[in-house]
Amino acid sequence: MIQFIDVVKSYEQGNNALNGVTMQIEDGEFCFLVGPSGSGKSTIIKLITGELKPTSGAVHVNGYSLERIRRREIPYLRRTVGVVFQDFRLIDKMTVYENVAFAMRVVGAKEKEIKERVPYVLELVGLEGKMSRHPNEMSGGEQQRLAIARALVNNPSTIIADEPTGNLDPERSFEIMALLQEINNLGTTVLVVTHAQNLVELFGKRVIAIDEGLVVRDGTEEENDDEAE
Amino acid sequence: MKLNNLGYLLKEGFRGIFLHGFMSFAAVCVTVACLVIVGSFSILAYNLDLMVEELNKTSEILVYIDTDLSDAEAKSIGTKINLLDNVLQSTFISREEALEDFIADHDGDSAFSGVQAQDLRHRYVVVLEDNTKMQQTDEQLKQLPGVAKTDAAYELAEGFTTIQNVLHMVSIAIIAVLLVVSLLIISNTVKLAMYDRKDEIAIMKMVGATNGFIRLPFVVEGFTLGMIGAVLAFGLEWMAYDSMVRKITEVDSLQLFTFVPFQEVLIPMVAVFGAAGMFVGIVGSWTSIRKFMDV
Repeated sequence: MIQFIDVVKSYEQGNNALNGVTMQIEDGEFCFLVGPSGSGKSTIIKLITGELKPTSGAVHVNGYSLERIRRREIPYLRRTVGVVFQDFRLIDKMTVYENVAFAMRVVGAKEKEIKERVPYVLELVGLEGKMSRHPNEMSGGEQQRLAIARALVNNPSTIIADEPTGNLDPERSFEIMALLQEINNLGTTVLVVTHAQNLVELFGKRVIAIDEGLVVRDGTEEENDDEAE
Repeated sequence: MKLNNLGYLLKEGFRGIFLHGFMSFAAVCVTVACLVIVGSFSILAYNLDLMVEELNKTSEILVYIDTDLSDAEAKSIGTKINLLDNVLQSTFISREEALEDFIADHDGDSAFSGVQAQDLRHRYVVVLEDNTKMQQTDEQLKQLPGVAKTDAAYELAEGFTTIQNVLHMVSIAIIAVLLVVSLLIISNTVKLAMYDRKDEIAIMKMVGATNGFIRLPFVVEGFTLGMIGAVLAFGLEWMAYDSMVRKITEVDSLQLFTFVPFQEVLIPMVAVFGAAGMFVGIVGSWTSIRKFMDV
């Protein structure tokens, strides 16, 4: 579960990125986080992954309280949260298999577990036949699938996708969103940060809208439309 | 840390050397260059120190014996001279031998044709163990019964001591500066290598690797590169030194310079190069990675 209670985040320069955000995302939920540039979306992601600490208020993520988390606990928090980025952030020197296996190795998984888990996850994202390729030999859609596989491989309870379709054409974007929904159907909480209004409407999931560091809307598109009327 | 992880981390450390071949090559080259420069200067300073020490040994005190003493009495004073603490050796020169030397020195100059052996004194040439104590030993020699006067070249001895002290200070200062410059260059090279891998480190942090897990392969890699650099630098230093000594010996027919054989400084050189390589590798990688850990 992800819970923000009246969270304020101020930067050293004095400007507030968040001005009292309160929201809760339950385990197993699929949720979109939307808002214009500079609205505070990235700050929310950084607070969830422990890159930042809140200035005031409380942030709870999968059992960890971020306002008082110890430095050495942050790696363990991050193992519960898989992150997918717009620019994929893959290692070109490594093959598809190695990119995913790398994420398991660096958290201390045994080789036997890696050999079992990596092919399973690559099959889940539809890359089972491309294990020995390198990321730069693949299309954008395939690279994003690989990034999702890497985020999934340590079996996190939450996946955060930060503009996962920002570099993809509409068809590939739809496929990636469908894949994230499939992952959500398997029980993983999914939070997608996006500007793609068409996809938000198409999937009909809960939408949290942020503007000027505050939650300005929370609900499905239909509910929000009804409220507006 | 689990044992199976340790195996992986060590393997990763070694793998990193080949995976980032160019940066590894650059780090080794910089380490070799720096260690060879520091090593060459150290060994040169050591040799110069020995040479000055050797030259210093040539300083001596001339002890003139009272003319009232018989030849036998004059010779017996040698035993008393040798009993003094700082005396390395003393050589008796009779007044006849002194006259021969005098005539030889003045190349038969007619102005000295009337000089007789009886006009001169028996004397001793005294070589000291430590020339810094020349004045003190000179005083002791003057106190000996039968000694008429002494002639000690304090200025020369003090000159050698000053040269040696200045050499020590200059050597230490230059070696310290070279070491600091080397460390800075190596540290920057390691930082460049880390920068090349910042994305990899960021991904490791993102998926939940602990700081220790991220650091250890880099430290293993740094240690290995440092040691490779040290071994190469050591071999290069040995070859360069031997070849330089051979060349100088060939042209130095007057034997003005004496160099210690490399084998004589082998153990300290192995220790210094090994320690420097290890220090530079481990400290260089440990401190450089800190910058990339704050994610």
